[in-house]
Amino acid sequence: MARAGAARLPGSAGAVDGEWHDIGPDGSLGKPRSHEVGLSPEELRELYRLMAVGRRLDRQATNLVRQGALGVYASSRGQEACQVGAVAALEEQDWLFPTYRDSVAAWTRGLDMADVLALFAGIWHSGWNPLDRRVAPLTTPLATHLAHAAGLAMAAKLRGDPLVALALFGDGAASEGDSHEAMNLAGAASAPCVFVLQNNQYAISVPARVQSGARTLALRAAGLGIPGALVDGNDVVSVLGCVREAVERARSGGGPTLVEAVTYRLDPHTNADDPRRYRSDEEVTRWLERDPVDRLRRQLEEQDALPAGFLEAVDAEGERLAAALRERLFGAPAGDPLEMFDHVYAAPPPQLRRQRAELAAILEAEAEAELGPELGPETGPGGESR
Amino acid sequence: MAGVSMARALNQALRDAMREQGDVVVYGEDVGRLGGVFRVTDGLQQEFGAERCFDSPAAESAIVGTALGMAMYGLRPVVEIQFDGFAYPALDQLISHVAKYRNRTRGAVGLPLVVRIPYGGGIGAVEHHSESPEAIFSHIAGLTVVTPGTPADAYSLLRAAIAHPDPVIFLEPKRRYWMTQEVALPVTTEPMTRAVVRRPGVTATVIAYGPMVSTALEAAEAATEEGWDLEVVDVRSLSPLDGGTLADSVRRTHRAVVVHEASRLGGFGAEIAAQLSEALFGELAAPVLRVTGWDVPYPPAKIERHFLPDADRILDAVARTLRY
Repeated sequence: MARAGAARLPGSAGAVDGEWHDIGPDGSLGKPRSHEVGLSPEELRELYRLMAVGRRLDRQATNLVRQGALGVYASSRGQEACQVGAVAALEEQDWLFPTYRDSVAAWTRGLDMADVLALFAGIWHSGWNPLDRRVAPLTTPLATHLAHAAGLAMAAKLRGDPLVALALFGDGAASEGDSHEAMNLAGAASAPCVFVLQNNQYAISVPARVQSGARTLALRAAGLGIPGALVDGNDVVSVLGCVREAVERARSGGGPTLVEAVTYRLDPHTNADDPRRYRSDEEVTRWLERDPVDRLRRQLEEQDALPAGFLEAVDAEGERLAAALRERLFGAPAGDPLEMFDHVYAAPPPQLRRQRAELAAILEAEAEAELGPELGPETGPGGESR
Repeated sequence: MAGVSMARALNQALRDAMREQGDVVVYGEDVGRLGGVFRVTDGLQQEFGAERCFDSPAAESAIVGTALGMAMYGLRPVVEIQFDGFAYPALDQLISHVAKYRNRTRGAVGLPLVVRIPYGGGIGAVEHHSESPEAIFSHIAGLTVVTPGTPADAYSLLRAAIAHPDPVIFLEPKRRYWMTQEVALPVTTEPMTRAVVRRPGVTATVIAYGPMVSTALEAAEAATEEGWDLEVVDVRSLSPLDGGTLADSVRRTHRAVVVHEASRLGGFGAEIAAQLSEALFGELAAPVLRVTGWDVPYPPAKIERHFLPDADRILDAVARTLRY
């Protein structure tokens, strides 16, 4: 049960403020655990830096949609404790499998935000080599990547490599058959992976209570026979503590864990969404009071752990990276159209080579047509080239 | 030299690949202790242990999805889908991810994995156990789709598929699992992406693959009574398609009949007919004809022989091309 005086989180029957619960094998909520993480002021400040700068980049991405540099963007504003806390629980050799809403998590893993956003900018489907930072591409189909994480974890286990694969997904994806299939197989194989379900309360417009009859989604862990936890997803310390425990359990042979982090998507689903059609301003205001970035700042203030100039330096870094992001994405040139043929197979089969040549000829003809009127002084009015 | 069944050849291909390459893992429904419902994985768990050959839950999407993750980490998973009709839950993984991962990552992450699927009818099975979904897979850019018609090819093509750097859909003609051929294993046949002339002839070309290769050869034997000398081409690789070998044959015979069990509309025969028409319009003496399953769901076992192409229907089609 919740500790006396602790506020229950809206949208979740059991989770409470600033805590996490382990799910018992019988589906019961264990006693609340909170802030047993033992983070130093330096570590807390680093989490704050990542969350605050991540938020700035998220806001920049939303603005870049308005300005036409991105075709679409799915914001994670309000979910920074999950984005940063889950990734902070990983070690260098571990793998992250993000969704389209996890740009900040991918950036936290060390990727350049401009590369992360290549998908939305229409530059390429994945703007980075997944092997560089062990971050899989942002996945658009729901829950399908949970099996990829499970498979990679199974392969690592087979090879005897002590790494963990962590997959992020959402309450919407939790309704997909693949989430059940993947977590069940991972449990059966005791695969070293962690499934972090960010319950942000909405699958686009459909609220969590309409998506499932389940009291909390974390309780599914009991049915799968794997450890589960329910955590305040707006408290980065709890998220980090809870996910780190799951990561260490996976690394030491304890198999997968399902973590449900209760949080809230403050922004629309994407720029094309109008959330006023399905939720009230009052509801958003209630969640704004639980804003994860503000919360950590207050905690640092209370602990007197904010040296002079720290917040200003974080803001300055956010501005600098946002400017760099604008720089790279504004007017980013379209790639070479012929590249669409180059990576389909290790070696292009004959019909792809023929089709590539066909498009190359079309491009050449287009280029000649464009150059036509500017061929030189001889090609003036009335002297069009043939 | 002893007769080797196709199932035995496939089993030996898996065994030899696992012996030679430590990164090959085999899993799927009932492939471990049982050795697969068609016994293609018989004995592999005993020889290589439950780490490299194991039973998965009945979850086709997760089977293929985890194979992707394994291949991403550098293993070479060979997974079995128990029946053609059970492949559909895995289509999302195959179409949305497996086929696209190399392209999505600009060539950084290739997926050397094989999805084995017993397919086709003629075994008196229930609904969902007799289908021929090859056109669905062949339509997906990024997949390689091959299907053997002989035990020797079953061995050689499966070895080639496992060695291939990209995902391969390996369609096994289940009604031919028990056909035998005098062949010494291991055997290396023609390269995986080539079509092969199984029987040279001059009257017309019969183009077939998988289970229909035997049927086409049977038709060609019967045709000699009519004084016809049919050429039979085994397509082997549907994607990529070796249009050159097909066209070379038809350029000589001027007539072509394409045979497959799958229904006709949007079937793979349409692609072959279109390619032959594009390449040989002026040299064709007759339109390219198709002998296929009807455009209906696969019928019940007691009437399936009226759905499946047989030698008579092939010869009727040949006769029609000769009347032009």
